[in-house]
Amino acid sequence: MISPNLSAIFYLISGVLFILALRGLSSPETSRQGNFFGIFGMIIAITVTFLSIGNFSSGFIFVLFFLLIGGLIGAFIAYKIPMTAMPELVAGFHSLVGLAAVFVAISAFLNPDAFNLGSPGNIKLGSLIEMSIGAAVGAITFSGSVIAFLKLQGIMSGAPITFKGQHPLNALILVSIIVLIYLLCTSQSKEYFWVLLTVSFLIGFLLIIPIGGADMPVVISMLNSYSGWAAAGIGFTLENTALIITGALVGSSGAILSYIMCKGMNRSFFNVILGGFGATDQSTVSHNKEQRPVKSGNADDAAFLMKNASSVIIVPGYGMAVAQAQHALREMVDTLKKNGIKVSYAIHPVAGRMPGHMNVLLAEANVPYDEVFELEEINNDFANADVAFVIGANDVTNPVAKSDPQSPIYGMPVLDVEKCKSVLFVKRSLSPGYAGIDNDLFYKENTLMLFADAKKMTEDITKNL
Amino acid sequence: MEIDPFIFRLSIFILSIFVGYYVVWSVTPSLHTPLMSVTNAISSVIIVGAIIAGLAGDTETVFNTSSIFGFLAISLAAINIFGGFLVTQRMLAMYKKKKKDK
Repeated sequence: MISPNLSAIFYLISGVLFILALRGLSSPETSRQGNFFGIFGMIIAITVTFLSIGNFSSGFIFVLFFLLIGGLIGAFIAYKIPMTAMPELVAGFHSLVGLAAVFVAISAFLNPDAFNLGSPGNIKLGSLIEMSIGAAVGAITFSGSVIAFLKLQGIMSGAPITFKGQHPLNALILVSIIVLIYLLCTSQSKEYFWVLLTVSFLIGFLLIIPIGGADMPVVISMLNSYSGWAAAGIGFTLENTALIITGALVGSSGAILSYIMCKGMNRSFFNVILGGFGATDQSTVSHNKEQRPVKSGNADDAAFLMKNASSVIIVPGYGMAVAQAQHALREMVDTLKKNGIKVSYAIHPVAGRMPGHMNVLLAEANVPYDEVFELEEINNDFANADVAFVIGANDVTNPVAKSDPQSPIYGMPVLDVEKCKSVLFVKRSLSPGYAGIDNDLFYKENTLMLFADAKKMTEDITKNL
Repeated sequence: MEIDPFIFRLSIFILSIFVGYYVVWSVTPSLHTPLMSVTNAISSVIIVGAIIAGLAGDTETVFNTSSIFGFLAISLAAINIFGGFLVTQRMLAMYKKKKKDK
């Protein structure tokens, strides 16, 4: 058994280790070490908790048992999960953090003595406020992440679900949460606590259903942020420094990622949250552009173009993840490099379904990270490149974003693919992307459309090289 | 008058938000996915609350409503801790630099 002061110092140390874990991610070289700092911080926090309670009776066995069960499940998932399923996994993990926060809040509410918060029906006011905020945010994180998970997994349609009176309803529920917290704190009544949790679960659900599939990067980042604030709320209740520091770190991390994602789409945060993108402008934009001539080619043509190029830029997108084409792509690039052709990869901030999604997939396919560039780093190079190979990306290459103020994606930063001498565009059909708008790039003089599955097409090109 | 300990915790919280802000901006965009999985893992330090709840029962009654929620929370958080750190490890191991000899 160690004194509260000593354990507080250890919690502080583990908080600092968590900061170092995030700091390590500033470059791939230091990142692995950073991850170890994180693991070390977690071990300290858990050990100190055991030592400060000092109760090694029968309950202890059960704690270890449940810890082990969770640990085994977690480790199993971590080893089995394919890299393409990372967005679903992260959404799933967010939901667990949210639910764990809710459960801890429930146990603290039912048995406040164990946490030094007073007695049932007479919980310290400050703690009760912190606890109810933590529980409410946790519940929102949980149900929101479950919806995000279902949408990413394809169990639920990625199309936005909207209905009349949606926004007033959500506003009403948010206000009712504040009222419920107030009532709970004045009455200390259990009933209000359960109602608060139910309503919070409901609003998490309602907030995410109107958001479309292509906006998932913002949603995941936002839920990441929520899970942090929930943890911080519980940290205040438990008066635990490690939890407060972590909550703040995670909360601001998620907020920054959401900001970066919104900027990548040139949309305001509220615009994304209020949802319904792609459900609105579809009809007005596309029908005046029907039946324009398109040049299409086969693997042979593509191989010919690339063989005669001296530099090629690859633009991967979500379609590459869906087709699992990253390995085939890398093989194609290897062949190109053997022929002395310079190849680099250009990644748009919102390519894929979560921040950094494409980078992980390319890393999985053994693409060295110093060949992969962000939008600002590479955008000027398109003008000097011979071939741009667009695989599974669409809206992020649409020149309309620069030229047509009427377009819903006007102002969004896009890759200047059309400046290349020739563009190869791998796509299954001419259908518009998630924003629901036609891509002008399809009809450009220097564009060759390759209608096929991304993986199959890439393999065929490699054979023809 | 003595300062409420809450104020100290609030100070830590606010300062940590700033630390988080600057640290996260320095994360390279190519590591944003590992950033999310590792933040998942560390936010599961909420397990300390779950352990306190789980150990709160006395010797005769290990299980009561409060401790059961604690035990469940332990498992949930443990999935995240192990899953989060290990999957981050797996991802980071894949990030390699170009080989010089090519």
